[in-house]
Amino acid sequence: MLRYVLLRILSTIPVMVIVALFVFLMLRLAPGDPAAVIAGDYATAEDVARIREQLGLSDPIVVQFFRWVGSLMQGDLGISIFSGKPVSELIAQRIEPTLMLALTTITFAVLVAVPLGTLAAFKAGSWIDRFVMLFSVGGFSIPVFVLGYILIYIFSMTLKILPVQGYRSPFTDGLGPFLLHIALPSVTLSVIFIALISRMTRASVIEVLEEDYIRTARAKGQSEYNILIHHALRNAAVPVVTVIGIGIALLIGGVVVTESVFNIPGLGRLVLDAVLARDYPIIQGLILFFSFIYIVINLLIDLSYTLFDPRIRY
Amino acid sequence: MSVLEIENLSVSLPKGADRKFAIEDITLSVGRGEIVCVVGESGSGKSVTAFSVMGLADRRALTPVAGEIRLEGENLLEASDAHLRSLRGEKMAMIFQEPMTALNPVLRVGDQIAEMLEIHETLSASERRARVIAAMQDVRLPDPEKMYGSYPHQLSGGQRQRIMIAMALVLEPVLLIADEPTTALDVTTQAQILKLIKDIQTRKGMGVLFITHDFGVVAEIADRVAVMQNGRIVEQGEAGAVLGAPSHPYTQMLIGAVPSMTPPERQPATGKIALETRGLGKTYGSPGLFGTGRTVHAAQAVNLTVRRGETLGIVGESGSGKSTVARCVMRLIDPTSGEILINDENIATMREGRLRAHRRDIQIVFQDPYRSLNPRRTVGQSIVEGPMNFGIGRDEARGRAEELMRVVGLAPDALERFPHQFSGGQRQRICIARALAMEPVILIADEAVSALDVSVQAQVLDLLDDVRKRFDLAMLFITHDLRVAAQICDRIMVMNQGEVVESGPTAAVYANPQQDYTKALLAAAPGHHARFA
Repeated sequence: MLRYVLLRILSTIPVMVIVALFVFLMLRLAPGDPAAVIAGDYATAEDVARIREQLGLSDPIVVQFFRWVGSLMQGDLGISIFSGKPVSELIAQRIEPTLMLALTTITFAVLVAVPLGTLAAFKAGSWIDRFVMLFSVGGFSIPVFVLGYILIYIFSMTLKILPVQGYRSPFTDGLGPFLLHIALPSVTLSVIFIALISRMTRASVIEVLEEDYIRTARAKGQSEYNILIHHALRNAAVPVVTVIGIGIALLIGGVVVTESVFNIPGLGRLVLDAVLARDYPIIQGLILFFSFIYIVINLLIDLSYTLFDPRIRY
Repeated sequence: MSVLEIENLSVSLPKGADRKFAIEDITLSVGRGEIVCVVGESGSGKSVTAFSVMGLADRRALTPVAGEIRLEGENLLEASDAHLRSLRGEKMAMIFQEPMTALNPVLRVGDQIAEMLEIHETLSASERRARVIAAMQDVRLPDPEKMYGSYPHQLSGGQRQRIMIAMALVLEPVLLIADEPTTALDVTTQAQILKLIKDIQTRKGMGVLFITHDFGVVAEIADRVAVMQNGRIVEQGEAGAVLGAPSHPYTQMLIGAVPSMTPPERQPATGKIALETRGLGKTYGSPGLFGTGRTVHAAQAVNLTVRRGETLGIVGESGSGKSTVARCVMRLIDPTSGEILINDENIATMREGRLRAHRRDIQIVFQDPYRSLNPRRTVGQSIVEGPMNFGIGRDEARGRAEELMRVVGLAPDALERFPHQFSGGQRQRICIARALAMEPVILIADEAVSALDVSVQAQVLDLLDDVRKRFDLAMLFITHDLRVAAQICDRIMVMNQGEVVESGPTAAVYANPQQDYTKALLAAAPGHHARFA
């Protein structure tokens, strides 16, 4: 097990190197002078020269790459061109809202989707099942911004029970304001994940309910409810956990629209602002950061399998 | 008084099934301390009978339409769901064919037995544990204290079935229903489990309804036997009487189809040697950097020869290495040592590119005809694919496929149909035709008749013997079934734990086994001492 974890951590190194290479080349392979590209259409010659100096663009490309990787190893993701602040500092400032949004969203989605999917599987073919599946199709189909604005219209503007936008930290502003502000964005963002996870749960539970050991449990005189809770759910967990993990990874990278709709100062907004401003060091830093998060989450998913299925040992 | 009485029971099948009733007008009883075997082929309704008693049959698909099922006088068909649940486990318990899938893979086996007590009794945790340990001791599981915390995949097949039996019997039910409980087990394990069921049954005096397809098992264990065909009981009576002097033609046919344990005399084959292995071995795992790794010798130092026109049987239990040998010879897996000589060439280490030319010389027929044909391709497409890979034109391959359909006893228009439109026996014929389409020199049959009903099995065995003669094939016949081996093999090789224990002409080995393991194996064959009419 420990050996497996170590091997997996070691195996992330080549992945990260390849990602770093892509990120590095992204800028260098763009047509024209990267410094001019970064500086934009209205930059002066001094601006371009300053940027070229800052990025070390005059050196051979191999030297540039190793210097860049070298500074990455020291946790230095570069300096934002416009704000002049270190990228790592910018990410650190913005990570809390994004992380909180992702966590509340996935928690809410799991709490709703797993029971819903299980119920649909248990009552497969009934009107409950059809309703859940209909909701699931709807959840996949409605764009986040449409749903976001609809919910804002209902809860913030008409009923006036929730704030329209903004973010409060649970650590500095208290839990109440945090929950009030995070509620709408979380619900909005969770709809598609509820759709996804409930569908997966349903399929997985239906499959498990066909298994021989479910029949054995019935032969023991066990009630249908206990069969579902004690025998079916844990066996159905592995595919569901996989989807939840993928959901978390997607969430952290995919909060751009939601953060914009609800004006939350998170990583999504940082990406958006950086792209609009062509602040390449920030974009590069965020891509590397997101890749790293993906890898870590995937490892955690794989390790969590052992909790559910004793046959899986690493 | 009878524990179980089934009276004029009919259970309907859903519309569109091939017959109206799954079981029709069945009358059957199981007395206290009695073992009643229900025997029949697949689709005979024997399992539906068992599941109907337990109330585990899906009532929407399998609806009881007439008759009664009485457990200690109480009609189960009128019982409420809740009452049925309280009877299941408490008064009637069931064990199943496949102990691996019948146990929940993510729960500890001790807890799975304890669940019975949780459902039906109110005991403290320590009392429960003590009862579970006692039940595990009862079925002679080694070191129950330790095994309590094991998961099913950590146990052997026999141990798993013992767990199932312990679970079924922990509440001392009056009726035990056993649905093919030994079919998935090795012969020696099967013999032990049958003995265990018989012992416990005698000690506790419960009634046992034992479902099986195997007349050998019937001969071992049954007091009375009921023979089922197409949902009806065609014959019923004392086991000795039915086995010794069956009156119904179907029973006579079934019993007649059971292969005899006595091999017929066979002339030694004199054809050219088609296949030879020298010191063939397959090792899994690696010794590790400091020799600390785990290695498994799946097969070790296997020497065999098969001549054209000859059938060599490799018999053994699961894990004996018999299939490993077959797969090495096919080069489906790469052997770790030794030589495989075909046409005087060693293919054991041959590279894939050169090996390809030899592939058509060795063909294989697998155990499960349901899974070895691609369900999305017609039978014709599956059969012509191989020859066409070796440069034979479509029309020629097609013509040959039609011819082969006749050889294996199917109509040529079968080529246009899909595998699911055929029965198990027909599919196995198709698999044989597919193998023959390559015009092989060597045919490997890997448990090729094990999944088939006994009457179908006899036909497929005849077919295999027929094509061996017709095409002068060298046949390697892998089986766990000593009866089947006795009938088809010229010579046999007994394997155990990766090693060849004994080999020789079939008749000689059966009549006069030299090694203890061979003797034990032959003695374990169910009904080996019984004489069938």
